[in-house]
Amino acid sequence: MNNETTNQALEDQELIAKFLKETTLFLGPDPDIMRDHSIMPRSADEDRCMEKFTDLNQIASIRERLQSACEEGFEMVEQMGAAPGAKWGDIITGIYSASGDLTIGSAGGVLIFSALVHHPIKFIIKNWIEEKTVGVSEGDGFIHNDSRYGNVHNTDQSMIVPVFHEGQLVCWVASTVHEGENGAIEPGGMPSMAETSFDEGLKMSPFKVVENYEIKKDLLTFLQNSVREPKLQYEDMKVKLFACMRLEKRIKEVLAADGPDALTACLRYTNESVVTEVRRRISEWPDMTVRTQTIMDSTLRENALLKINLAVTKKGNRLIFDFTGTSPELTNRAINTQLPGMKGMVGQAFMNHIWPDLPRGQAGLSPVEFVTQQGTLVDCSYAAPNSQSLMSIFHSFTVAQHATAKFLYSCPDKYTRVLAPWHNMINTFIWGGVNQHGETLGNLCADLNGMGGGARMDRDGEHALSPIFATMADIGEQEMNEEEVPFLQLVSKKMTTNTQAPGKYRGGMGYTMIAATKDSDQWGFMTTTQGSKVPTIQGLFGGYAGGSYPLCKVQGMDVYDILLKTPEMFKHSIHEIMNEQPFPGAKYSTHHMGMGFDISKRGELYMISQGSGGGYGDPLERDPTYVIMDIEEGLITADWAKKLYKVEFNEQTLVVDAEATEKLRAEYRALRKKQGVPYAEFVKSHVKDTPPENIPFYGSWNDDLDSVYAGSIHDKRDAKNPGPIYVTHPKDVRISELEAELVEVRKQAGLPPANERK
Amino acid sequence: MKVLMTEYLRIDLETENWECRVCDHVVGSARGNYKEGLLVYNRDPADIHPSIIDPDKYRFTFCPDREWVNIYEFYCPSCGTQVEVEYTFPNHAPLYDMEVDVDALKEQWSQREEILEPIKGPNVLVDRCHTHKH
Repeated sequence: MNNETTNQALEDQELIAKFLKETTLFLGPDPDIMRDHSIMPRSADEDRCMEKFTDLNQIASIRERLQSACEEGFEMVEQMGAAPGAKWGDIITGIYSASGDLTIGSAGGVLIFSALVHHPIKFIIKNWIEEKTVGVSEGDGFIHNDSRYGNVHNTDQSMIVPVFHEGQLVCWVASTVHEGENGAIEPGGMPSMAETSFDEGLKMSPFKVVENYEIKKDLLTFLQNSVREPKLQYEDMKVKLFACMRLEKRIKEVLAADGPDALTACLRYTNESVVTEVRRRISEWPDMTVRTQTIMDSTLRENALLKINLAVTKKGNRLIFDFTGTSPELTNRAINTQLPGMKGMVGQAFMNHIWPDLPRGQAGLSPVEFVTQQGTLVDCSYAAPNSQSLMSIFHSFTVAQHATAKFLYSCPDKYTRVLAPWHNMINTFIWGGVNQHGETLGNLCADLNGMGGGARMDRDGEHALSPIFATMADIGEQEMNEEEVPFLQLVSKKMTTNTQAPGKYRGGMGYTMIAATKDSDQWGFMTTTQGSKVPTIQGLFGGYAGGSYPLCKVQGMDVYDILLKTPEMFKHSIHEIMNEQPFPGAKYSTHHMGMGFDISKRGELYMISQGSGGGYGDPLERDPTYVIMDIEEGLITADWAKKLYKVEFNEQTLVVDAEATEKLRAEYRALRKKQGVPYAEFVKSHVKDTPPENIPFYGSWNDDLDSVYAGSIHDKRDAKNPGPIYVTHPKDVRISELEAELVEVRKQAGLPPANERK
Repeated sequence: MKVLMTEYLRIDLETENWECRVCDHVVGSARGNYKEGLLVYNRDPADIHPSIIDPDKYRFTFCPDREWVNIYEFYCPSCGTQVEVEYTFPNHAPLYDMEVDVDALKEQWSQREEILEPIKGPNVLVDRCHTHKH
């Protein structure tokens, strides 16, 4: 009787599940897929194959061939891709297991993809394989870009192709490119003006766009009509498809030589061995909790203080990243991220700077655990816009990098140098409009890849080395870009003096960019970074962060006329142009770096600087020789070198007075002891129970992680369920301010309030 | 045995204390927050990050806004070495940044040799043999 009841219950359950599946009205993002970053459980088929193939040499041989195939696919996309992102390496080509785990990814380019391009494949497996109106067959290709179904942001588009052997699905291949343009309300693919997800342009859940290895023209035409760069859309879909087909060809060579079971064993063995090795490496770290935070100073629409909070706990072979206390999501601002984006960026920190020797794949992050609250900047809701998720994920990278450095220092086995945080903002120009050839374009300058590197435990950081999201990426050839875009960078790749992050070893610095439109009346720029008021990173072990980086504009002049008629008037640095104001009648202004799309006029100057990586160690320990070298290279002026590093030298000859330097430094250490206050006394006199009253603040305060502030000290909410936050449009804020002023002025003039006039 | 925890701090496993690596000063219990044994100073951002454009003319100058950020410097009270710097929100509490499980640390290092100088890890070497001669 009991068995009968149980069987009946099971049948009922299956019937209900079948009914629900067949009558689902909307296949939205699947939390079971999206919240899980670990590799799938070993399938029965994988188990069988691993028992059959135990020869590690054969497995290594297959893996090497697959890795070569990924590099070949990467090269194809990089060489043939039309998007600037493809040219500078903002791409990945990878091979995924039959159950959708990214096992082998291309070694170069953007590594964040390794941790999060698998989600859309798992969606396809779960929903489309058995769906009679879709299905998955040999020669199919699926397109995807909606970050709510996987990946970072919807400027990245993927082509996903299943690989079959004698009718059996054996694995997947995919290629992903930062395409740039995606039809959003601002050109270039990363609109900071987006207030809802519907402002963000194309949002493609995974769908079939290729059959029999050919792109379906009807869907292609629809996609081309949805973006500002129709030719680029087509070209790069083809490039990604052909890269996938090349990967498929290489896999079929493996299948012919070794058979499908060997391939399956190789893929599974690779993932499982990486997980085992990562757990072993974690166990080498000291058991402790490290806490850190970074400060976001902007929503890209207005300045505000937002917190990214992290506590990392390592215990045994477990490593837990807990983001509790981080700012709630902003419901109508684009700086939120879907959870996989944040996880991917933490994975990036490991692949770039901690364990770069491990294979590029999903398994590296698989054992790491995460704690987040839904509805926060790092784990935003379905409805929240996330086209500028880079803001919150870059900060996630920095807190991860800063915290892990404190675990790594004591470890006897290291796989890289311990280093201070990298610069973390894409200080570059995003651009769009009609170019000098009459074509509509929308994209960005590769200077975003020129971030300054963090100082290391035994040497300075490298200047303008690479972005935090890729160790091997290029800043491009500006002269080549200028063939396609109607503006010049009048100053480029020149280090911005006095912007270094001081330390025993200083951070690698960033360079100045001065751009001006020349050959188009329909062209404009955007900048989308934080850090104009508050540094976005931390230093390490007594070193400082880099400074802050504004946008400077000079309007009401034409620099090309000046260069033609009075070239001596032009200056080659931001500080000379802004301080000396050499152009008569021009307007000089500074702004935060969240500039919405701004139509530029011929010859007006837009000036920004890339940022410096963090400094390492006490600046008083900096070798005076290095200080002098920095002066000689124009990285720092003599007066600031003396002030920061307490070095005495002859300003004409730059010869160091070692004795005087030692004396100066001893005096400064004594001054520190005099100025410094015992910890308890400092906390008592300086620390306050609430955030600043006159600045919008979002996030937890002090040790209280149960509640978060939502823009005002009078708006404190439950950290686990903060609810929506709508920020007023900056123009409405300004209108309110002006209306208040108007009321005051009318009152003083003895006039009735404006709304009482007849 | 002593474990090198940061550039300027170590933990003596016998006495269970944080110590300054520069002057050997005992900072405090390794079971607690080392910052509690240090001096703190709230540094003006303008002392570290100069306004490279004129603050009298412009709102944003490359110097952080002192109303929006505090920079806490932590010094060894004995030798004045700057052990740590923390960029934080105005008047926010300093972070308890390294909360060590001392018992686990002892167990871990009971299997290891003492290390007197920090291990730097592998170096990145430029391949000097690469040429374009054909």
